[in-house]
Formats: sequence, C-alpha cells, structure tokens
Amino acid sequence: MKIYVPIDAAARALGSDEVADALRVELQKQGVEAQIVRNGTRGMIWLEPLVEVDLDGTRHGFGPFEPEDAPALVQAIMARDMAAHPRAIGVVEDHDWMKGQQRLTFARVGVIDPVSVADYEAHGGLAGLRAAIAAGPEKIIEEVMESGLRGRGGAGFPTAIKWKTVAGAEGAQKYIICNADEGDSGSFADRMLMEGDPLCLIEGMAIAGIAVGATQGYVYIRSEYPDAICAMNDAIADARRQGVLGQSMLGSQYAYDMEVRVGAGAYVCGEETSLLNSLEGKRGVVRAKPPIPALVGFLGRPTVVNNVLSLGAVPWIMEHGGAAYGALGIGRSKGTIPIQIAGNVKYGGLYEAAFGMKLGDIVNGIGGGTLSGRPVKAVQVGGPLGAYVPVSNFDVPFGYEELGAKDALLGHAGITVFDDTADCVKLARFAMEFCAVESCGKCTPCRIGSTRAVETIDRIAQGDSEAIETLKDLCNTMKWGSLCALGGFAPFPVMSLLTHFEDEFTGPGAARREAAE
Amino acid sequence: MTRTSPAAEFDSESIERLDQIIASHLHREGPLLPILHDIQAEWGMVPDDAQPIIAKALNLTRAEVYGVVSFYHDFRDHPTGTHVLRLCRAESCISMGADDLADQVCRALGIGWHETTPDGRLTLEPVFCLGLCACGPSAEFDGKLVGRANLAKVTRFVQEARA
Repeated sequence: MKIYVPIDAAARALGSDEVADALRVELQKQGVEAQIVRNGTRGMIWLEPLVEVDLDGTRHGFGPFEPEDAPALVQAIMARDMAAHPRAIGVVEDHDWMKGQQRLTFARVGVIDPVSVADYEAHGGLAGLRAAIAAGPEKIIEEVMESGLRGRGGAGFPTAIKWKTVAGAEGAQKYIICNADEGDSGSFADRMLMEGDPLCLIEGMAIAGIAVGATQGYVYIRSEYPDAICAMNDAIADARRQGVLGQSMLGSQYAYDMEVRVGAGAYVCGEETSLLNSLEGKRGVVRAKPPIPALVGFLGRPTVVNNVLSLGAVPWIMEHGGAAYGALGIGRSKGTIPIQIAGNVKYGGLYEAAFGMKLGDIVNGIGGGTLSGRPVKAVQVGGPLGAYVPVSNFDVPFGYEELGAKDALLGHAGITVFDDTADCVKLARFAMEFCAVESCGKCTPCRIGSTRAVETIDRIAQGDSEAIETLKDLCNTMKWGSLCALGGFAPFPVMSLLTHFEDEFTGPGAARREAAE
Repeated sequence: MTRTSPAAEFDSESIERLDQIIASHLHREGPLLPILHDIQAEWGMVPDDAQPIIAKALNLTRAEVYGVVSFYHDFRDHPTGTHVLRLCRAESCISMGADDLADQVCRALGIGWHETTPDGRLTLEPVFCLGLCACGPSAEFDGKLVGRANLAKVTRFVQEARA
C-alpha cells in the first residue's frame, strides 16, 4: 500500500510535511503497513495538501488535507471505503481538472516518486533519450524542428534553430544551459517540474547535449527555490550513479554531465546574457547582442540557453516524434503549454493543454473566477513584464502571436487574476518600481527611465493628468531603447493599464485618491 | 544559519575556513557565486575581510569581487537578526492582499523592510516571488514556506521563534 503526500513547495507551504508526519504516526498507531511516498504536486493547488491512496492500482484523492484528517483516512483504508472520508475527491485521474488536460511535459509530475530513477523509467522516462541516442544529432534537430517547439521562457524563438546554430558552431567545448531563473510572479511551472520530475529536465538537457555536441550543462536555479535546488542536485547524483549521465550515457558513445548553479536574487539574471555573466561569476549585467550566445556564450563558447519548459518538452518529442507534438496547438504556437493560473483565483494551479484555449475559458472556466467571489477586473499574462488583459479581450486564444496581436505577451504562460478591487495606478507604479529595483544598470532607458516613470506615476496619482503624456513618452523610450526585455517590456503592463483603465489615471478614480489624501 | 561574526574579528580560524571554501570550488567554471553562497551560509553575510582573500585566489581585483557582492540582493555585508521573515511583494500575492498583510506585519513588529527588531531577533525582508502564486499571499520564515499567509499565521511563527 502506498500513500502519496506531495513534497512540492506549494504543498509544503500549505502543510504537507505536517500531514505526512500525522499519517506516519496514525499508521503506526492503527497498525497499518503503508509506504508514504513524497511525490510532486498534481497542480491542483487549491486541493493541496492532496493526499492520494493507491488502492489496487487506482489512486484516490483527499484534499485539502489537514493533519487532523489522518485518523479517519487510516480507518477508511482499513475499511477499504475511500468515499467514507470527508476530504475524498474521488479518483484523481477522473477529476475534471485532470481529465481536460493533455499532460505531455507534466505527465509524470505528481504521479511518480521524483527521486526514483526506477519509477521514472517505469513511467516512460528515458525513452526519449534512448530514441535520441539511436537517432543521432542531425535527426534530433530534425524532430525538434518538426515539433515546432519554441522558447517557453517567453521569447518564443524556435528551439531547433538555436540548436542548429550551436551544432554548426566551431568549438572544442559547448554547453547546454538551462534557465531556471523563474522570477515571474504567476509562474511556477519550472519549479513544479524540477521538484516533481527532475529527471525529465535532465533527460531533455542530455538530449540537447547530443544534438549540439555539448558535454557539459548547467541548470541555473534561482535561490528562492531551495526545494527545487535540492531535488535537482539529488536527481543529478542519482542519474550519475545509474549511468544516465557521465562519460557514456546509457552505455552509448555520448558523454554528458551537468551541475546545478544557484542564482543570488537578481531578477534580471533570467535574461540569458545576464544569466551567462552570472554563471561566470560576474555581475549579472546584460550583454549586447550580437554576438549571440549560441556562438559566443558561456566563457565565450557556443552555448544553448533554453528554458526549463522548452527542455522539458524534448523527451516527449523524441519519444513520440516531432509530428505528434506539432499536430497540437494553433498557428505558429505548436504543442502544449503548461498554463499557470495564479493570484486571486478559485481553482489555481498548473493546467497543461494544447495552445489555443480562449483566455476567458482558462480564467473563468478552468480557474472558476476569483477566490474572493468578486468580478474579474483583469489578468496579467506573462509575469511582471506582461500586459494586463481586461475582460473585454478574454476571447483571445492562448498563443504567442494571438496574444501579441492584443499588445499582450505569452511570457512564461503564467496568468495572475485580479478582482475589481485592484488599483491600476498602484499596479502600474509597482511595475516600474520593480524594474527600477531590478535593472542591471547597463542601459540608460531602463536604469533611469524606470525611476522617472515611478515619479511620473506618483504625479499622476496626485491628480496631475498632464503627466500621462510624459509617462507614455517614457514608456516608448524604454520599449525601443532598452537592451533587454526588462527595460523593453516593463512598459507593457503600464501601457496596458493606461489603455484599458484610463479613467483610473485621469477620471473619478484619480479624483477619489486626491480626495482621500 | 546566521552565525554572526563581525568583520573586524576575521581571525586565523576564519581565514582557514575561508581557504577551505575557496579551494572546494576552484575547479569549477565560474566559481565566484558558489564561493559567495558558501561564505554566506557560514557567516550569515559576506564579511568585508573575505573579499581581498577571494580576489587573490581567483585572480580578480577587489573591486571586481565587491562589484559582484554588491550587485546581488542575496549577498549582505551585515548580519541579519536571529530569524528572518520574508514576505512576497509580487503581483500574484498583491492580488491576494499582500500589501495589506505587509502593512499589518510592519505595524505589529514595529519595523520596516530590511529592518531588524531592536532586540536583534527578527529581520523583515521583501521577496519577489517564491513560486507559490496559486496560494498567496506567501511568506517564508527561516526557510519554512507559508502559503495563504495572514497576520495570525505569520504572528504565530514569529512568537514561536521568540518564545
């Protein structure tokens, strides 16, 4: 008998460690033999801690679980009556939230024991790496090209083209670097994958290594994710022991090894050139492009820098073929996207589905609207540099170009929901304040512009509506004059708020604030 | 976690430990950040006296090492209080009332961001996203994560630590 209690950071933040302890005590007390497995999360965060009991191969869920619920669960197990427990949600796989998804990258997350290579393999793990070893570098790149996979970090650059560039570059040492500096609020997919199925990322990076001829990799994880750092370190050590990583991966002629590197609290290091400088032990200052990292990357050598989700999609693509992946999605947005529904939302969590769902269906259908029960005002898509999308644009399909057409961006596919109490002027100020705090200082529009924008928004909040033109001008300068996406995209949330909620900047809202002071 | 040692008392024992830390990372490509993380884990900060020693070992200037230490939010040149409370201030947590929670916590503790209580027991830090965006507002107390945080939950942790 196996009982699953998630070890995912979100589940732990909601008390899963205490639940695991309570279950251990109770099992012993009632004399029931059962193994407690600490799995990843299924992604239904509102049900966490979600305990699962494997009864004859079927997993029954109970959540949100409190330590006090443990005695009744052990009794239910003894009676073999799962429905008897007050927290029962039925068979987990049959839950509406699970049934509607197409879990390719996250197929094993929440299902397997993340620290077990054997469990990983039993659930289809390493099939992609084996296929890649058999196929060889050129065929791997062909498959990824056919899949239509694009950068999941937000830039949307075709993964295969990046790989082809690195494969064709001259250099004795090349690198695969995974960008796991997931700093966008509203995003937690990277964390979930690394904690729930770390071997999937290792496998994806190993396949990339074969494709481009890189024998060394680094996964750069932000320091705010200690659980993910720990999970990746353990998984890499296991993978080495089992011969998945090393001089001869799975007994093949391909060598590849990797290690974890930990960031130090700088948001800008999620930008790839800044990340490279940080890895080299320098200030995380952005580099001008060209030269592109594919040619002159880590230590000046050819380097692939890919997001966790891009690399995490690769094992599935190699196992099932690029065509199967590319058959999903819409337009130029192929395959599946792990959507993260966050903020003031009733059913928040991770939902992996083919591109093309309508934004409103995600927010109001899957997410169930706001947790507060008040009307949705807007959602911010793609983190602190993403636009706020008002309800009037909720018919936009979830895809790179589709969101772009609405002056919004996909980013890392995180959606933060706000109810009608959200203060748009405050949110605009926050966007620029954040940019000012996190700017690396390399280029003037970002470094100075963000600070001036905060001051300008303060003037607007005090009723100076003439300052709105100044703010728009500043946004324009930052958008076109900044070196990287931090300064270049910080205007997106601000401009979207100005466009869709202009009256809060000029109208009665501003007057209300003035009166309140 | 926060063994504090004023920079002025960076004695021979400390230097020996520092040399060990540096030596354990010298084989790496880009060893500076891993070295700084280990130093901070050891001393709770990056002591000023450590910087010239690191610089010499890595063939860098002191200015370069200082530049790196001062660039990253994580590295500090002074110790924290015995306990550290971090509150997330990013958008997903804002949507769930993080601003109000922060005001309440600041009032209850009588300190602001980056400040330590007069008894030296608790430091309050902002954090921009802990990746708990579907169960905000979130907090972290001495490494322990707290989802759906509220004043009662946060106060309970603080009081337990002070007891």
